[in-house]
Amino acid sequence: MMSADLEARVPGFLRGVRLQRDRVRDQWIVQAPERAFIVDPVAASILQRVDGNATLAAIIDALASDYDAPRDLIARDVIDMVEDLAARQILVCKS
Amino acid sequence: MTIPFPMSLLAELTHRCPLQCPYCSNPLALENVRNELPTDVWMRVLDEAADLGVLQAHFSGGEPMARKDLPELVRRAAKAGLYVNLITSGILLDEASFIPLVDAGVDHVQLSFQDVTPEGADLIGGMKNAQARKLEAARVIVAQGVPLTLNFVVHRLNVERIPQMFDLAEELGARRVEIAHTQYYGWGLKNRATLLPTRAQLEQSERDVAAARARFGAEMAIDFVTPDYYADEPKPCMGGWGRRFINISPSGRVLPCHAAETIPGVSFPTVLEDGLESIWTKSDLFNRFRGVDWMPEPCRACDRREEDWGGCRCQALALLGDAGATDPVCRRSPDRSRIDAAIAESADAPLTYRRMSNHKTQ
Repeated sequence: MMSADLEARVPGFLRGVRLQRDRVRDQWIVQAPERAFIVDPVAASILQRVDGNATLAAIIDALASDYDAPRDLIARDVIDMVEDLAARQILVCKS
Repeated sequence: MTIPFPMSLLAELTHRCPLQCPYCSNPLALENVRNELPTDVWMRVLDEAADLGVLQAHFSGGEPMARKDLPELVRRAAKAGLYVNLITSGILLDEASFIPLVDAGVDHVQLSFQDVTPEGADLIGGMKNAQARKLEAARVIVAQGVPLTLNFVVHRLNVERIPQMFDLAEELGARRVEIAHTQYYGWGLKNRATLLPTRAQLEQSERDVAAARARFGAEMAIDFVTPDYYADEPKPCMGGWGRRFINISPSGRVLPCHAAETIPGVSFPTVLEDGLESIWTKSDLFNRFRGVDWMPEPCRACDRREEDWGGCRCQALALLGDAGATDPVCRRSPDRSRIDAAIAESADAPLTYRRMSNHKTQ
């Protein structure tokens, strides 16, 4: 797939999965069936923008501007993470 | 010692259940409905659990859907930010009973199946025509879009049908499957001679699960719980005593695991007399086997002591009469021969079903 096609996809959380602020431990976590895991601040900043409407391109643009970082670097991180989480039944991507 | 925050609350709302599975994890001394906690106490406990750091609330039983106030409890747990898991037999689950739970915020359902065949299911559940109701329950859950886990407890009488269990999960649209070998406490221990699989069966079950993992890949999450009798090292029971897990019994006793009520000589803290945080951090019961200071040899000097935490206290108690002993599953335990003797004892005896009349009170 070309990167424009890759970035046109829209990631969303699977039903039964969510990002949540863990106020007791002061960290971000993902809650899923029979498991919960800590997400680091970088992953949390990506997942906070996953709402089932925003395209990967829009998420990458927003992060590149927030962090004032090279867009291709951010794009690679975001796409890698989203694909990893899609393989673990956390996210699903609509094209 | 720093006391960790608990992750999970197992809320055993009731011991009432339409099924009578002979490996039920409930204690032999089942609690009467008259002793069940009232709604308002559960509400307070759910809030306290979230404040204490619990992330997931597992509503279980018995059959939790036997409680009329389940939708209210689910709503309160969801409002407190807890991830709500319903652990059910499905016997009481239809559209009319399930939609209020979905509206209240159930995140996930774990539905138990006793077998893939109606005959096998009736034999284990001790109830006629249970399978058809479970199949219908699965369809209702999936139609509501709620993620579904199928749970199969396996043992000598059904373990050879693991491939068909995965077929059923796929057909029903389950996202997760648990294949859990029976654990031998309470009712399971009573029926151990009949239920314990052979080593050949265990090895076949491992191959069947590996084949399913290869077949489904990321499409289906698979959890496999092996029977620790055939292991060389004990399981890290509950992830360590008082480290991750809180169990609350129908009458409000707070326990580090669901079998802990068998331990003699301790007073069991209850939510009717104390708050959850105080029980978790200060009670004798939760501190008794927490960490490594309580350990005897060979655990004390073992390099695995913070991996398996000495294994299961309730297993040491049930098999050796001493909750403070090394789990006899461990090859380094001086009492490993007790496990090997149990394996040699297997025999086809009639099942003792889980019902009040099958347990004499002392």
